[in-house]
Amino acid sequence: MAERRLILMAGMLALGCAAFLLWNLRAPMGFILSLRATKLAALLIVGAATGAATVLFQTVAGNRLITPGIVGFDALFVFLQTMLVLALGGAGYAALPVLPAFLIETACLAGAGMALFGLLLRRGAGDLVRLVLSGLILGVMLRGLSGFAQRLLEPSEFAVVQQASFASFGAVDHVQLFIAAPLLGLALLVAWRLSPRLDLALLGRDKAITLGLDFDRLVLGVLGLIAMMVAVSTALVGPVTFLGLLAAALAQALLRRLDHAALLPAAAGLGALILVTGQFLFERILGFQSTLAVIVEFLGGLVFLALVLRRTAR
Amino acid sequence: MRLSLVLIFVLLVGASLGIGVADLSSVDVDAGLLLAISRWPRTAAALLAGAGLALAGVVVQLTVQNRLVEPGLTGTPEAAMIGLLGITLFAPGAPILIKMAVAALAALAGTLGFLALARHVPRRDPVLLPLVGLVYGGILGAAALWGAWITDLMQYLGTWTAGEFSGVLRGRYELLWLVAGLGVLLWRAADRITILGLGEAQARSLGLDYRQTLVLGLGIVSLTVAVVVVTVGALPFVGLVVPNIVSRLRGDNLRANLGPIALSGGAAVLAADMVGRLVRFPYEIPAGTVFAVAGAGVFLWLLHAPRREGRAHG
Amino acid sequence: MIEIETLSVERDHAPVLHDLSLALPAGGLTALIGPNGAGKSSLLLTLAGLIAPRAGRVRLDGEDIHAMRPQARALRLAFLGQEQAQVSRLTVREMVGFGRWPHHRGRPGPADRAAVAGALALFGLGELAERPVSSLSGGQRQRTQIAMAHAQATPLVLLDEPLSALDPRYAREVMEALVAMAHDPAAPRGVVVVLHDLGMAARYADHVVAMKHGRLVAAGPRREVMRDAVLSALFDTGLKLREVEGAQVVLPA
Repeated sequence: MAERRLILMAGMLALGCAAFLLWNLRAPMGFILSLRATKLAALLIVGAATGAATVLFQTVAGNRLITPGIVGFDALFVFLQTMLVLALGGAGYAALPVLPAFLIETACLAGAGMALFGLLLRRGAGDLVRLVLSGLILGVMLRGLSGFAQRLLEPSEFAVVQQASFASFGAVDHVQLFIAAPLLGLALLVAWRLSPRLDLALLGRDKAITLGLDFDRLVLGVLGLIAMMVAVSTALVGPVTFLGLLAAALAQALLRRLDHAALLPAAAGLGALILVTGQFLFERILGFQSTLAVIVEFLGGLVFLALVLRRTAR
Repeated sequence: MRLSLVLIFVLLVGASLGIGVADLSSVDVDAGLLLAISRWPRTAAALLAGAGLALAGVVVQLTVQNRLVEPGLTGTPEAAMIGLLGITLFAPGAPILIKMAVAALAALAGTLGFLALARHVPRRDPVLLPLVGLVYGGILGAAALWGAWITDLMQYLGTWTAGEFSGVLRGRYELLWLVAGLGVLLWRAADRITILGLGEAQARSLGLDYRQTLVLGLGIVSLTVAVVVVTVGALPFVGLVVPNIVSRLRGDNLRANLGPIALSGGAAVLAADMVGRLVRFPYEIPAGTVFAVAGAGVFLWLLHAPRREGRAHG
Repeated sequence: MIEIETLSVERDHAPVLHDLSLALPAGGLTALIGPNGAGKSSLLLTLAGLIAPRAGRVRLDGEDIHAMRPQARALRLAFLGQEQAQVSRLTVREMVGFGRWPHHRGRPGPADRAAVAGALALFGLGELAERPVSSLSGGQRQRTQIAMAHAQATPLVLLDEPLSALDPRYAREVMEALVAMAHDPAAPRGVVVVLHDLGMAARYADHVVAMKHGRLVAAGPRREVMRDAVLSALFDTGLKLREVEGAQVVLPA
């Protein structure tokens, strides 16, 4: 049953991609096609990364309500990037080769994220809501600090950072795509290989440890993977807080199962599907520009509230 | 305690009047005119906005019986912005008082919406409510953003979201004096609102007209927030940080605390504005950004500080 | 005298009280007992006028409770619910003082201050009067709440499980304070209290009302209701009351 639904979803995704590429295609075909393909690739990568990262984060946090975005992971990325620009100067930053710069940023995010959330998660799932709120406020603070730092930048440097602070599916860098795709592929593969252990982790820290799982090491590793995925997606288009929540919640509703071997690909696929069809509808059919991110945030927020209320009703 | 607070307050006001690009002691500056047109209005605006938001914060906290909530976490400013967008769109020439009345009504509707939501959030976990409020505000904010986007009013929205005082001149801030009037109203209703904080059952069995008091309190909150958003823009965390600190030092009797809360709120925002003016002199950083960073820090401390209730009242 | 006439109450669209008729005496300590979900708290909330009945009515000395203005009702009855507000940093004296609010509506006079002082003394809170409620132990907080209800100086006091979360010493102190309140020679009051602890009901209550599934099982003087057969049927498990060293205890049968 679940397999059939997964296949159905994959089929819809393929259909969405085809529509995105071929709808209303005019001359010069080659040029437009390559333009669209770049955009499509970015949408697919961001959607998949965000969906999978959210499932992973929900599992290690033991809660189905939170996303890396809610607890300030992507704010952390923007902050790190701002700091990098501030330290190196706009020219120095621009002079950095893209690949090492990207890898350094990802590594910094992974390190900082692991330190921060490893520390907070250590306090246990009982204190989870406090963790989430801390993360949220931390996100506000980091965004404020980034805003603060951005005021200290020269206007030219500011433009470098600004792209990272607002979600935009408009402009995507080619080179970044070529780095992002294999990195994400790798992260997804590793996460998928961890599926059985993640299933066990769902039982909670104490139970999982008595069943022989090195829970804390798993959490640290998974936080590293999440940091990588968030870095990939934030570097490409900027922060999207609730897309992951939408994808993860839909994946569970679709599968009615919690095993990660199915859940991870489903969430990744749904994340991509939401973005591709959303962008297709908004850009091609309705003619809106750049509003998709706002709509996704709006709907994702509604899903969050519905989940909270349904959980408390039980 | 009271004396030192007043002393700090006077010092801050004096310093604020002295700080600016133009040197007051210089010969070619008409010091009196500068003070009257720019420095004093700016100082007064910061004081009034800070006092109003701090008072609004304590009222919201008593109303929903949760210390971690403030008007910025109940969707109030976002709702006010939606109201402002609406009136700007349909009656761009409307006088400022009408615009503000619409904003206040929208803010009240948004706050009541949060209250309806809050009824379904369990009390056991005090941290859940601000989380829900943040997301609720986020949804309203996304709606405002989207509305501004499709109506080309983004620029307006920008001035409402980031609280700053650099644009305050004589003739552009006087609306804020409404806050002083609301303060008097609040003083008259202080006991009722304290009783509200004891819970609905308790308040009703003491013979309080629960709904009427609720609407009165939230009406004051909404009007205050609307005035502040219209004149200087939203300032997050003021209503959270100030009342919590005052309550830790002086207990929960609203009537006795009204003065200290208003004074410290005004002083805190004025200090934030001055930091913003000084850090990158002669350029400015919005007071809202400064306060977001500092306030988030204090909030995190409140969230994780060990409980020392007994000693706090020394 | 509280007369409950064919009272039916719904909460969240589910019926919780069915066609209940009952008369409670005006004085003394009345205990409401019954298994979980019996509708005890709902009955108390209805008596306090905090939830409106779907059918039937409640009369206090002949007057319909739900037709009274809130202000007038607050002078006739005090209510202490289970739901605790956020722990307040009001001082004990301020908190108890708010019990006088229905009398002065914001302008306390000497009589109000005297009533607060009396309530503080009666519940042994004199030493704690200037401490914030948030710094008190659970038992002290509960006593503060009860002192507040006492200061309200109403002929009727309703309490919903005031002993929950109290250790035995405080539970006993609170019960003895309630008995004192009910039999205060200067101003005797009717005290109606929901109790989970059957031993407490057997020891301290003058009257007992037993409920189950939203219906009345038995009501009357303690001796009539607190019997092995009634209790066993009420809780669907064998129970017996025995006197041990002068105190009533409930044992499994």
